[in-house]
Amino acid sequence: MKVLNLAGTEDTPKVVLDKENEIFEISGRSLPEDSAEFFAPILSWIDEYAEENNSETKFLFKLEYFNTASSKLILDILSKLEEVEGVTVVWYYHEDDEDMQEAGEEFEELVELEFEFETY
Amino acid sequence: MKYIYELHRTMLDKDLILIYEGEITQDITKSVLSMAERNMDSYGEQSKIKRKVFNVMVECLQNISKYAVPMEETSDKKNSAVFMIGKEDNSYFITSGNPILSRNVKDIAGRLEKINDLDKDGLKNLYKDIIKNGKISAKGGAGLGFIDMARKSGEKLRFDFEPINDEFTFFSLKTTIPRKLK
Repeated sequence: MKVLNLAGTEDTPKVVLDKENEIFEISGRSLPEDSAEFFAPILSWIDEYAEENNSETKFLFKLEYFNTASSKLILDILSKLEEVEGVTVVWYYHEDDEDMQEAGEEFEELVELEFEFETY
Repeated sequence: MKYIYELHRTMLDKDLILIYEGEITQDITKSVLSMAERNMDSYGEQSKIKRKVFNVMVECLQNISKYAVPMEETSDKKNSAVFMIGKEDNSYFITSGNPILSRNVKDIAGRLEKINDLDKDGLKNLYKDIIKNGKISAKGGAGLGFIDMARKSGEKLRFDFEPINDEFTFFSLKTTIPRKLK
């Protein structure tokens, strides 16, 4: 399966989705002008991955900031991951960033997925 | 040239640290954000407060770049708007103003009033309801911007509508972020 690798910019996150090396990671800042367009390849990648997924998937979110349109798309990613067996979401937040911690907890309440919280 | 001095005095009197007037695009949003970040860094603002100010700024600027309407008479100015950030001893305030279609006033006012009537938990529930059941609009918004601004600031949103003519109304919005968080 092809690797999806996007370098982060000042308004889009760094994305690495690599089935073979078991890396599933979205990090940085997400405030693209058109969030739906930016996230579309990520959502299709997950669709394809769901057809032949690894037995375990640790999906990392290490976001410093995301806008409200991105938050809707993050929920779309999580909803797709709900359909995949063996997914754990690892939600990183800066230790003094209660808003990011709370955002992770809210996503956890919205989907049926196992969440692990980590600080940095 | 006296108005330049007066503008400068006004900025100092009103504690304004940044004013932008003109079209608001994604590139301009990025520039304004980085100026404001640098400004807050220069007096060592707490990262917690910086993040909240950044957050409210993004929603505010992206609202304008998505939804502001060019007025016919001044269509050369595109979605001309004004955006300001001010710093007082105990708070930051983020203010924007832009023309909207007068027929949308009622809808926007209703949404803002509904948000201001809710407490912390009420806002959280409204947010969760919209993120779960809402759809991204044709303009790329999730319908969550105002709610997020209210949640991140913990304060009521202040707003005002000034009629320009039959078709257009000037919409002003002010969000205050306390510098000492509860």
